[in-house]
Amino acid sequence: MSAAEQTAPEAENLLEVKNIEVIYNHVILVLKGVSLAVPKGGITALLGGNGAGKTTTLKAISNLLHSERGEVTKGHILYRGERVAELNPAALVKRGVIQVMEGRHCFEHLTVEENLLTGAYVRSDRAAVRNDLEMVYSYFPRLKERRRSQAGYTSGGEQQMCAIGRALMSRPETILLDEPSMGLAPQLVEQIFEIVKSVNENEGVSFLLAEQNTNVALRYAHYGYILESGRVVMDGPAAELRENPDVKEFYLGMAEEGRKSFRDVRSYRRRKRWLS
Amino acid sequence: MFYREAGEFKTSYAADQATFPIRFDFWRFWVVVAIGALVLPFLVNDYWTNAVMLPFFVYGMAAIGLNILTGYCGQVSLGTGGFMAVGAYSCYKFMTGIPEIGLPPMHILPCILFSGMTTAAVGMLFGLPSLRIKGFYLAVATLAAQFFLIWFFNKFGWFYNYSASGQISAIETYLWCFASAEEIAANPGIGKTLTCPAITGANTAAWMAYLFCFSLIFVFGWVARNLVRGRIGRSWMAIRDMDIAAEIIGVNPLLTKLSAFAVSSFYIGMAGAMYFAIWKGAAEGTEAFPINVSFLVLFMVIIGGLGSIFGSLVGAAFMVLLPVFFKNFLAGTLGWPTDIAEYLQIMIVGSLIIAILIFEPHGIAALWRTVKEKLRLWPFPH
Repeated sequence: MSAAEQTAPEAENLLEVKNIEVIYNHVILVLKGVSLAVPKGGITALLGGNGAGKTTTLKAISNLLHSERGEVTKGHILYRGERVAELNPAALVKRGVIQVMEGRHCFEHLTVEENLLTGAYVRSDRAAVRNDLEMVYSYFPRLKERRRSQAGYTSGGEQQMCAIGRALMSRPETILLDEPSMGLAPQLVEQIFEIVKSVNENEGVSFLLAEQNTNVALRYAHYGYILESGRVVMDGPAAELRENPDVKEFYLGMAEEGRKSFRDVRSYRRRKRWLS
Repeated sequence: MFYREAGEFKTSYAADQATFPIRFDFWRFWVVVAIGALVLPFLVNDYWTNAVMLPFFVYGMAAIGLNILTGYCGQVSLGTGGFMAVGAYSCYKFMTGIPEIGLPPMHILPCILFSGMTTAAVGMLFGLPSLRIKGFYLAVATLAAQFFLIWFFNKFGWFYNYSASGQISAIETYLWCFASAEEIAANPGIGKTLTCPAITGANTAAWMAYLFCFSLIFVFGWVARNLVRGRIGRSWMAIRDMDIAAEIIGVNPLLTKLSAFAVSSFYIGMAGAMYFAIWKGAAEGTEAFPINVSFLVLFMVIIGGLGSIFGSLVGAAFMVLLPVFFKNFLAGTLGWPTDIAEYLQIMIVGSLIIAILIFEPHGIAALWRTVKEKLRLWPFPH
């Protein structure tokens, strides 16, 4: 993948998050006004460290916050220009938004194939489902080999593939992908991202990708948002973000003057331009 | 306003870890205790003691016990009624003496403590399966305790001293007595006097029973609260939250689960002893400790809040006091027929339970916790 395909196709925004604020358990403020847009047919990356609010943003979009005693108190979320904050997660799946949760969460007692077929739960067109099963297997040949194994006994990488494949089975328009690289070997991470990219190109599925691995994410995404303690601190086309000196230093570990002494680390916070 | 930590500075770790770290909360607690210990004894009559306060204390004690096992250690138990029966029957045996092993009739206080310990031993026995089975299956296994123990006590006449009715009934005992044995024998009404007030039996004064149970629940509530936030309590909660992770860092699941069963049964046994000796004065296994008691205590724990000592007491209060309140209000104040009041009471309490659990699935204690968090920050929302 060269830098050429990084230019996002100019298209209307599928998903728009406008200035949302999320509070957990009535007292803990997690998101302090996050706005972002996911264009149709693009891969949008949501970057940031632990506790920045990436997962919370995704859960706010897919309306999973209630089960964790969280709620969106301000702002709104538009999907195709419609407010979706009142919909339950299942209704959102019918509209074409599906989330692949962090930590995979496959149905461990079902076989891989049964897992994939549950992904098509909201669909009634059986023939197309069979075709899509073949499509998923063509993206993830490994899953075809393991189709009869219990998902609980497959490896971490296979489970991640299974989770993504399961999401694809619902023929989504947008996939919210939370930490696909978690706990996977670098080689497998590349492989998963390659598949994400080809699904995006061939099937036209838009992705919103929460990721800690800034390096990989920015290589595959078209556009990136950087979150820090519940706020978007920077956004831009992925190619630009990769060249940004701050991103380079704080997220990619590349300082202009080579290796840094730990003595300078203390001044990190002060030197972040966006914090001033 | 009230619940503020502004301006309160702690200079030691212990002060910071106190159960009531906020001064207002601290004083509020002691005011409640003082009213309970110094004011209410003068106000309670037989009705208030027997219909309201004693059931609250007995079930509160049982709920603390079950909460230790289910709320803190995560082991579901449906054997509460059976364990209460163990407490009641052993209290009866200790109270009347066990000549077979040379035990004379005992003072009521050691009686209750020993019945707790006996129940702890029985509880550990029935806790053994918990090492192999979890969740629903464990609940079914503890159900066996419920049925087995009741059958056991009815089967062997020794447990009820071969009484013709199969009942156990509390004999008159005294908490303190400045009268000699002859004086007691000569004066059957001596239990009503202050020189020798009865604590069990027909002559027990309402305030005496009230104060005795109040002290028990105060002391053992205190013990439980400090137990669950110490090393042992942390090991219970570790087993509850993720047993494998707990085992991998060195928490011994055998010791931890069995100690939870032991402590829990100790409390439940004391509750059974209090139920029999002080509240009812008599008991019959099948009738007094059916499976309903197990469910009732479990509901108290769930409504009050799993994993909270305060929640156990609130849950007990909810399940014991609300029905009494509605019954009195509907039948007494509004003058409705008692049968209608009874049905309506069941309906109201039932719908309140559903409403509370929908509003706050983690029980009233969690509700209270959120309120406190909000008060701390008031008037700011977060």
